Amino acid sequence: MAERTYLEAIRRGLLEEMDRDERVFLLGEDIGEFGGAFKVTAGLIDRFGPERVIDTPISESAIVGAAIGAALLGMRPVAEMQFIDFISTTFDLITNFAAKCRYRWGAAVPMVVRGPCGGYVHGGPYHSQNVEAYFHHTPGLKIVQPSTPYDAKGLMKAAIRDDNPVLYFEHKFLYRRLREEVPDDDYVVPIGKAAVRRRGKDLTIVTYGALVPVCLEVASEMEAAGASVGVVDLRTLLPLDEATILEEVSRSGKLLIVHEDTLTGGVGAEVAARVAEKAFEYLDGPIRRVAAADTPIPFSPVLEERVLPQKPDVMRAARELLDY
Amino acid sequence: MSTERRSTSERRSGGGRTQAKASGPGRALSLGRRLELFYYMLLNRRLEERLANLYRQGKVVGGLYLSLGQEATSVASAFALEPQDLLAPMIRNLGSMLVRGVKPREVLMQYMAKADGPSGGRDGNLHFGGVERGLIAPSSMVGALVPVMAGVALASRMRKLDAVALTYVGDGATSTGAFHEGMNFASVQKLPLVVIGEDNRFAYSTPVSKQMAIATLADRAKAYAMAAVTVDGNDAEAVYTATKLAVERARAGGGPTFIEAKTMRMRGHAEHDDGRYVPRELLEEWRAKDPIDRYRAFLSEKEHVSAADLHAIEERIRAELDEEVARAEASPEPPAERGLGCVYAEDPRPFGGPSGHGGS
Repeated sequence: MAERTYLEAIRRGLLEEMDRDERVFLLGEDIGEFGGAFKVTAGLIDRFGPERVIDTPISESAIVGAAIGAALLGMRPVAEMQFIDFISTTFDLITNFAAKCRYRWGAAVPMVVRGPCGGYVHGGPYHSQNVEAYFHHTPGLKIVQPSTPYDAKGLMKAAIRDDNPVLYFEHKFLYRRLREEVPDDDYVVPIGKAAVRRRGKDLTIVTYGALVPVCLEVASEMEAAGASVGVVDLRTLLPLDEATILEEVSRSGKLLIVHEDTLTGGVGAEVAARVAEKAFEYLDGPIRRVAAADTPIPFSPVLEERVLPQKPDVMRAARELLDY
Repeated sequence: MSTERRSTSERRSGGGRTQAKASGPGRALSLGRRLELFYYMLLNRRLEERLANLYRQGKVVGGLYLSLGQEATSVASAFALEPQDLLAPMIRNLGSMLVRGVKPREVLMQYMAKADGPSGGRDGNLHFGGVERGLIAPSSMVGALVPVMAGVALASRMRKLDAVALTYVGDGATSTGAFHEGMNFASVQKLPLVVIGEDNRFAYSTPVSKQMAIATLADRAKAYAMAAVTVDGNDAEAVYTATKLAVERARAGGGPTFIEAKTMRMRGHAEHDDGRYVPRELLEEWRAKDPIDRYRAFLSEKEHVSAADLHAIEERIRAELDEEVARAEASPEPPAERGLGCVYAEDPRPFGGPSGHGGS
């Protein structure tokens, strides 16, 4: 057991899987000698060599296309998007090629596409985005986003071992801010299972990513004020762990969805729809969402703070629901 | 690089002639193989003619994309592969699939959306494959297969499979970003990849002159320092020889090759398209260069194959296709429930129909 940051836990997941399985290899921009823009892959080229840690041209379609081809031949590629924003340039290969191989012709594509997502770091419109909604609509993909170092490692291992294309979104705000004991053993965090971080009798917050710690703070403060607020960390966005969501919401009767991605057409809309369809009779209030404003992510710290969800926004919405 | 330079100068001096010089030692085809090559080209053509009939009878679901007149490029290039190699066809490469062992009934059932087709009704036309049979299925996004096959070539090298990856693009597909990214990556990595660029003069209705400012597809490869050669795509032996050389070089670690095959799309983009935008004289000019007529003449004049023997091949194909069409027509439509399953690898539902088709 060692204390590791979220970023180190991701690297540890990659390293352990590369040690365990020689089919696992990495490809992406600046990931080799340079160790990656955020140093997620630092040192891996020394351990595994340039054949398994491949520096590529700035060609996301080549990176993902090559990962698909290699996966079809039984390899376990992990493709890095230097910033997850850049994944838009290879949208076709992910949604039309990788995601449809199994359905169209029975072929497995055991590929991971990973990269840093998210804001709160003043990255501006092209280095702050959350892209899950673009892919959440695509059958055949899986999407995960860890919120703890423990999950970062366990989900990475699960993603690499999965026989489907998995998008692994890691939040850059959490990279070096979170640190906890991460076991060195070979554990996986199963894809498709949400984590109930707190049980709540009065309100359930469903969230993921960098807002999980924020929601947990809100829940603690609410508890001090006498309210029992639960927090469900989705961890896997696709396929959604509907059973856990329904169970927790049925217990509390109130649902607040919190995500950093923009409001319209976000993952929260799907969560809300499922609960409205399947747990309506348990609801004691309207379903509420706290999400980013429907704008690009602005550069200025002042503007970014205004656009992205903040703790007071979560607090306010939680109080309104509790008072409903 | 020397190959590139040679091909350019040959192109400049050689006009439309076959520029890939034939047969190094051991590369010439035996008579038996030549007859086989002829058989596959003819099978390609006759199968497509049957498909056109079925289309007119309303039995084909959706569009029908024919390669009539381009058979030499598909068949002769695939003919240069070894069993362990991997091939990814595009929509006009039916012939390459036949060479790789695809049965006509599979293609027929795909086009008729039948239960026993290799994709079980989930996709149509030539959109099927199986890694275990050396066949990577295309998507409709032209150019996408170039980076994917670069990855196949990469995995082949990493796993020491000694397998070469081969795929096709049309003139239009060479304008896509995926094509260029895949070409560049393959060249930087010196991957065992062969890309056949079929210049069939039109991408749907768009002539090559509106597709690119360069004179010839092979020039695309220059920017990537990739070996390139231009061949007469209607000359089966020239296509075979060029591909064989490229495949051998790729297997020996010499990196990727781009082979431009000059040919002509003799039908519309698909059967719903009458191709009225194609000048009639151009079609006449290319009709005189029909690859099957040419190869038939080659076999009878150079190999002294008798008219009776050539006729026997024709008869064999007719009988074979009679049976294949009957079997395909007899296959039922897929059960509707099949539409819902097999999105994820772990789905326990069977991928295919009673005859047990499946991918990898």
